[in-house]
Amino acid sequence: MLNFVGPGLLNSDRRTFRHGVHPGDFKEMTRDLPIERMPFVPEIVLPLSQHIGAPSKPVVQPGARVRRGQLVAEPDGFVSSTLHASVTGRVKAIERRNHPSGAPVNAVVIETDPVSAQTLYHEHRLDWETMAPGELIEAIRQGGFVGLGGAAFPTHVKLKIPEGKKAQFFIVNAAECEPYLNSDFRTLLEHTDRIFLGVRIFLKALGAVRAYIGTETNKPEAIERLRQRMPADLSCEVVALETKYPQGAEKMLIDAVLHKEVPSGRLPIDVEVVVNNVGTVAGVGELFEFGQPLIERIVTVTGPGIRRPSNLLVPVGTLLTDVIDHCGGMTDDVRQILFGGPMMGQAQRFLNVPVMKGTSGVLFLTDREVVHRDEYPCIKCLRCVDVCPVLLNPSRLGALAKAGLYEEMMDYNILDCMECASCSFVCPSNIPLVQRFRVAKGVLREEMARKKDRAETS
Amino acid sequence: MKTNQPSLLLTTSPFIKAKHDTSWIMWQVNFALSPVVLAAVYFFGSGALLVILAAAAGAALPEWLVSRQRGENSLRDGSAVITGVLLGLTLPPALPLWMAFVGGNLGIVAGKLLFGGLGFSIFNPALVGRALLQAAFPEAMTTWTAPGAGTFFSLPAASLTPPFLKVDADVISAATPLARMKFDGELTNLPDLLLGTTSGSLGETAGIVILLAGAYLAARKILNWRIPVGIFATVYVLGATLHAIDPAAYPPGLFHLFAGGLMIGAVFMATDPVTSPNSHPGCWIFAAGIGVLVVVIRAFGGLPEGMMYAILFMNAMTPLINRATQPRVFGTRRRGGWKR
Repeated sequence: MLNFVGPGLLNSDRRTFRHGVHPGDFKEMTRDLPIERMPFVPEIVLPLSQHIGAPSKPVVQPGARVRRGQLVAEPDGFVSSTLHASVTGRVKAIERRNHPSGAPVNAVVIETDPVSAQTLYHEHRLDWETMAPGELIEAIRQGGFVGLGGAAFPTHVKLKIPEGKKAQFFIVNAAECEPYLNSDFRTLLEHTDRIFLGVRIFLKALGAVRAYIGTETNKPEAIERLRQRMPADLSCEVVALETKYPQGAEKMLIDAVLHKEVPSGRLPIDVEVVVNNVGTVAGVGELFEFGQPLIERIVTVTGPGIRRPSNLLVPVGTLLTDVIDHCGGMTDDVRQILFGGPMMGQAQRFLNVPVMKGTSGVLFLTDREVVHRDEYPCIKCLRCVDVCPVLLNPSRLGALAKAGLYEEMMDYNILDCMECASCSFVCPSNIPLVQRFRVAKGVLREEMARKKDRAETS
Repeated sequence: MKTNQPSLLLTTSPFIKAKHDTSWIMWQVNFALSPVVLAAVYFFGSGALLVILAAAAGAALPEWLVSRQRGENSLRDGSAVITGVLLGLTLPPALPLWMAFVGGNLGIVAGKLLFGGLGFSIFNPALVGRALLQAAFPEAMTTWTAPGAGTFFSLPAASLTPPFLKVDADVISAATPLARMKFDGELTNLPDLLLGTTSGSLGETAGIVILLAGAYLAARKILNWRIPVGIFATVYVLGATLHAIDPAAYPPGLFHLFAGGLMIGAVFMATDPVTSPNSHPGCWIFAAGIGVLVVVIRAFGGLPEGMMYAILFMNAMTPLINRATQPRVFGTRRRGGWKR
């Protein structure tokens, strides 16, 4: 953690970023379990808001019959996404249902047809070689693809390169730096060729010249398999990255792979790079293989609180209760259920929330892992300063946040914080640093928007 | 629903934490100080232990009283004990115990509690205590006994002097290596300095023990090694340069390193995270500043030893150093902490 001279000086081929933490990986529980298909359950809940951007607009009415893979909602605006039925059945209702974010959200509820063979609606192969880049992007948009790493940013938006910019490089994010999770690892092992197909399509859609697949050195089998099966005509390099959190953060990954710093407040495209999660890339491969839109995803169900940890292929919209039942139930001492990993995941309050497009894992923690720790005053030990990947001073920011001096936090670049939680992880005084930063950033953004509004109206 | 809803805890990420907390860090420092205390007791007899205990008790009492007012017990975090023990180690072996106790009080009250408690000090609390004692009792604070004088259990008569009475004058005083150098131009042998068979304050003597304790803390990443290393390097280079210019007037570089309070100051006091800079480049500047000041005070000042004032002065510089040495934020050309 405390770099003596900095790896960059010793080794010019630095394949990591500066700072970061080693939270331990806890991946053994599901590491070697093959992906298993989760059976179709009686009820599917498809929230209209599963992605960053405007909620989708439903195109079906309650009572309508839908086939598996059929469109049920369309994008409302550019930054939005389509939504497809993940089972064949009948639309029971379009109503507010519990959502993993905590607030109820409108959802298309589908009652699964118990006798249907659940074959895919309109199965067909898309010939990517004859399609123009614009057509590829449109197909991906129609397929409802979003970032499967967790943020769920619509993929077609990333692929649409703004006027005057170009994408030279495409990076597949398979770092999977979050402890416990193995969905990316299993994808790399079991869908290797599908990933390569996806890479071809992304390269063509972007007009990029070179692709990289970045993954951490704690997945040696995946690295070896990728290198073995790499097609000779594909301009793609497998990059082994140091196992360190947050290696999978977009800006950190670009720094590690290409030694480029994305400027503050800008996007990867400003350094001619586009990054996508490996699940998304494999999903796009599947779309072109037989026309399947994003209706299912790989989810690592793990943690000491679940009886049968698994890597599951889950239809989007499957309820958490069904996943729990399928995995043998919970232990009696379950205390926290997270969607996502333990560093950036989201704690769940209700069990009737659906698995969404962005749900990479469900983690069950027990009383043994969830321990209350007393908060001490900050002793300026520098541990947070040593780990912050964007080189902020969380100790100072924490003091300002506690005092409510949000404006002053701007002088310490609070808006560059990407909320990776490394500072809170290492803080020996157990100060809720990132938790306070989120509040501060929310308030500051609101204030900035208000100021802008005022400036526009006057 | 087949599955019963368990009672779930709603918090925000992260949901895992590194193992060690602040209290662990503080007790590790206390643990690392224990061999230094043992060395002091070995060289100066049981009286040394009483002085250190008196200083520690003096530091603990106000900490406990004040935190009790807030319904807490901040003694448990171990930081007040560090202050007390460190203060004890900077005191002369035959200091009247009540003075050591008062020194502990002063250090914690004036150095820590007045600023807001743990984490808010500007000056190292142990050194604040020592500076105030030095100002209040200049004679007692500069009466040094030689190690090994008397048997292990015989207390120096001065130790038990009741408060505010004149100290018995039966102490056999022995000049410290630095005083001998400064006032008599006599050099103490390096082996004596290394092993601690010289006179001086309790923790000033066994250089090797302090170095080992520091190495332990540095290996556990509790102490920022840049500070002691920076101090050692600066002092050595500057000391050796002066020695090369005029060997008769100035001692060699190694003498500087192991004489007086330099070792304990560099390892245990300058490294106090609260009162040292919050960036690594800042720590190098801080260390270099201490090194320069120590050598300047020792070589050209009126006092034989200057470690205490060097650290206190650089403590005062810390906010300025912090401001000037924030790292460049990722993806920007600017440092944190400057107005937009």
